[in-house]
Amino acid sequence: MGKIAITGGLLADPAQDSPAHGALLIEDDRIIASGTIDIPSDAEIVVANGLVVAPSLIDLGVFRTDKPAFHYGGITRAALMPDQSLPLDDVGLIREAARAGKPDFWVHPIAAATKGLGGKELAEIGMMQAAGAKAVGTGRSWIADSGVMYRILAYASGLGLTVISHAEDAGLAGRAVATSGETATRLGLAAAPTCAEAMAIARDISLVRETGARIHFRIVTTKAGFDLVRAAKAEGLPVTCGISPAHLFLSDNAVTDYRTFARMSPPLRSEDDRNAALAAVADGTVDVITSSHDPRGPEDKRLPFADASPGVAGAETLLALSLNLVRDGHIGINALMRLLSANPAQILGVDAGGFAEGSAADIILVDPDAPWIIDSDKMAAAAGNTPFDKVPVQGRVRRLMKGGIFYSE
Amino acid sequence: MPFGSPRPATLAGRDLFPHKHLTGIAQLKPWEIRFLLDEAEHWVGVNRSSASKHDDRLSGLTQINAFFENSTRTLLSFEIAGKRLGADVVNMHAAQSSVKKGETLIDTAVTLNAMRADVIVIRHGSSGAVQLIADKVDCPVLNAGDGWHEHPTQALLDALTIRRRRGYIEGQIVTICGDVLHSRVARSNMLCLAALGAQVRVVAPPTLMPAQAECMGATPYTDFDTALDGADVVMMLRLQNERMDGAFIPSPREYHMLYGLTPERLANAKPDALVMHPGPMNRGVEITSGVADDPERSAITEQVEMGVAVRMACLDVLTRGARGVEGWS
Repeated sequence: MGKIAITGGLLADPAQDSPAHGALLIEDDRIIASGTIDIPSDAEIVVANGLVVAPSLIDLGVFRTDKPAFHYGGITRAALMPDQSLPLDDVGLIREAARAGKPDFWVHPIAAATKGLGGKELAEIGMMQAAGAKAVGTGRSWIADSGVMYRILAYASGLGLTVISHAEDAGLAGRAVATSGETATRLGLAAAPTCAEAMAIARDISLVRETGARIHFRIVTTKAGFDLVRAAKAEGLPVTCGISPAHLFLSDNAVTDYRTFARMSPPLRSEDDRNAALAAVADGTVDVITSSHDPRGPEDKRLPFADASPGVAGAETLLALSLNLVRDGHIGINALMRLLSANPAQILGVDAGGFAEGSAADIILVDPDAPWIIDSDKMAAAAGNTPFDKVPVQGRVRRLMKGGIFYSE
Repeated sequence: MPFGSPRPATLAGRDLFPHKHLTGIAQLKPWEIRFLLDEAEHWVGVNRSSASKHDDRLSGLTQINAFFENSTRTLLSFEIAGKRLGADVVNMHAAQSSVKKGETLIDTAVTLNAMRADVIVIRHGSSGAVQLIADKVDCPVLNAGDGWHEHPTQALLDALTIRRRRGYIEGQIVTICGDVLHSRVARSNMLCLAALGAQVRVVAPPTLMPAQAECMGATPYTDFDTALDGADVVMMLRLQNERMDGAFIPSPREYHMLYGLTPERLANAKPDALVMHPGPMNRGVEITSGVADDPERSAITEQVEMGVAVRMACLDVLTRGARGVEGWS
C-alpha cells in the first residue's frame, strides 16, 4: 500500500490540548508520524483543504452492526452490546460478530458476563476474549445479585477486561419507561426515581474497590451518578463512564405526546440532570460519548409508549450532535476526540483512536461547520428512530479512512 | 353563581369546541369544558323527561366502541348514549393480549377506519394508545380511558354532578382520595376541576401518589383527615385488587383504616359534603356502605346518570362537523 500523507488539515489529536495545523503520515494500516513532519517523496499526498483531521470514531456500546449509518457518522469501530437476538455468550457468536463488518468496519464484541444475560452463571469470558471479545458486559440489564456481580468483576479483572455495566437498579426501575417527574405524571407513564442509577453505581463502585476490576458505566445520566463517578475517580479507582447525545441534549419533556423515538434506556432525565451531564463532560467526569445505536422500525416504535422498544438510531448523528459541545464552549475539539475515539479505544484495549506512532490508520476528515438537517425519513441507518428529527446540526464527515484505505461515506 | 374565566363572547359554532377528537381534558380550555357541561345539561333533561328518550340526530351514523380493556359500566354508558342519539352502535371487545404486539393496534385502527365508522370510542390499557389511534383514523375519536393517562368523560360527568349538586364548581374544595398514581380518573379530574376553579386536593399513601402531583393543579396530602378538612366534595377512587397484595399497600384492612371513607371520617368534611365514587366500589375497603348509600350525601348513582348525558353531549358535539350542522363544518 505504501505511504499516504494527509496535509493541509487541522489535526484534532486527542493527546493534544488544542488543534494544530500539521500533517499525518500513514504507512500501510498504521500511523507513523503526525504534526510538523517532513513528507517523504514517495508518499501519496492527500490535501485536507483545511478540514479537521481526526481519528475516526469508536462507538462504545451499540446494539446493531449497521455499517451505512456508522460510516456516515465517521465511525469505523463499534463495541457491540451482547443484547442480540442470541445473546453474545458463546465463542461462536463472538467470532461471528467480530467478523461481521470487516474490512472497512470493525466490530469489537462485548461478551455477555452471564449465560444468556440471565444474571446468574458466569459465561465463558476467557474463551470469548480469545475469540475477539474486547470487554465484558451486563447488557441492558442490571445484575441484581451482588454476589454474581462481585464474581464477574473479579474474574474479568484477572483477564484484564473492562466490565461494561448498565447503571439502573432493577428493583427500583421495575417496569418503568420514564423518569419520575412532571412529564411521566402528566402522561400517566410508569416511572422510576432517578436514584435507581446512583444505587446501581454506588454498589458497583464498592465492588470495584474490593476487586480492583475496571468498570465502565456505559450511560450515566443523573447528577447523583456523576457525583459518584467523580468521587471514585478522585479516589483513584478504575472507573469510567459514558453518555449518549440524547441524554446530553434532551430532557424528559421530549417524550411529551408519547414520542416513542425518545423512549430509551436509561430514560431521559430532568433538565437539572441534563445540566449536570454537561458539567460532567466539561470537567472530565465523562469519558465516552456513545451513539448507543439501536435502529428500530415501526414494528418496535409505532406502538403505545410503554409497549414500544427503547432505543435510538444515533450513529450518523453522533459526531454532529457532539460537536455542539465544542460550539457551546463546554470542551475543545481535542477533548471531544478523546470522548469519541481515544478513551473508547483505551477502555477496549485497542491500538486506535489517536495519532500516536503505531496507532491504527482510522481517520476522518471533517468539515465541522457544514450544516445539515437530521431527517428521520432519510437516514442511512436501518431505521430512522431519532429523537432529533428535523433538528439542524453542523459537522459532516467528508472522507473516511479505515486501516489506511479511504472509503466513500 | 361564580363561573370563573368566561367564554369569549364572540365564540360560536365550531369555535366553541374546535377539537376533532376528545382524547383528554389537558387539551381543553375552561370554556370548552363548560360548553360540554352545558350541552350535557340538555341531555339530562331529555333523559328524565319521558318514556321515549330517542333523539335521532345521529341516525345513520356508525359508532364503534372499541374496548381493548374490560369494562362494563363505561361501555354500557357509551352504548346507551349512542343508541339514544340514534346511532348504529357496534361494540368491539378486543382481548388485550391480541393487540399487545407489533402493528396490530395500528392495523386495528386502520381496519375500523376502512369500515367507515363515524365516531370511535376507545378504551385501552396503555397510556397514549387512544391518541395513537386517533392519529390514524378520519373520524372523531373519544377516549374512554387510556392506561393511567386520561378518562375525560368521567371527569366531565363528575364535574357535571358537582355543578348540579353544589350549584357551581369554582372555589369548591374537592378531595380526591385513593390510588392516584395508577388512576386516569384522578388525572382527568385534577385537570378538569382545577381548570374550572376548584381547589383540588389529592390524598394517597406515598406509594400511590405520582411525583409532582402539583403539576396537575392539585395539592397532595398523605393524611386523609387533614385532606378532608372543610372539603365540599369527597371523591373516592377504586383501589385495584392487584395493588392490595403488599406491593403498594400492606392489606385492604390497613388501607381501610388509613384511607377508608367512613361516616366518622366524613365528619371532617363540610356538613353537606358530597361523596362520589367512579365505581365499581370495593365496599368496606375505600368506602363503607353507610357513606355510599346515604342519599343525602352520596352522588354515586347520579354520577352514573350524568355519565350517559355527558357521553351523549360528546358524541353529538364531535359529530356535528360530519353531520353538517350549521357553523360546525
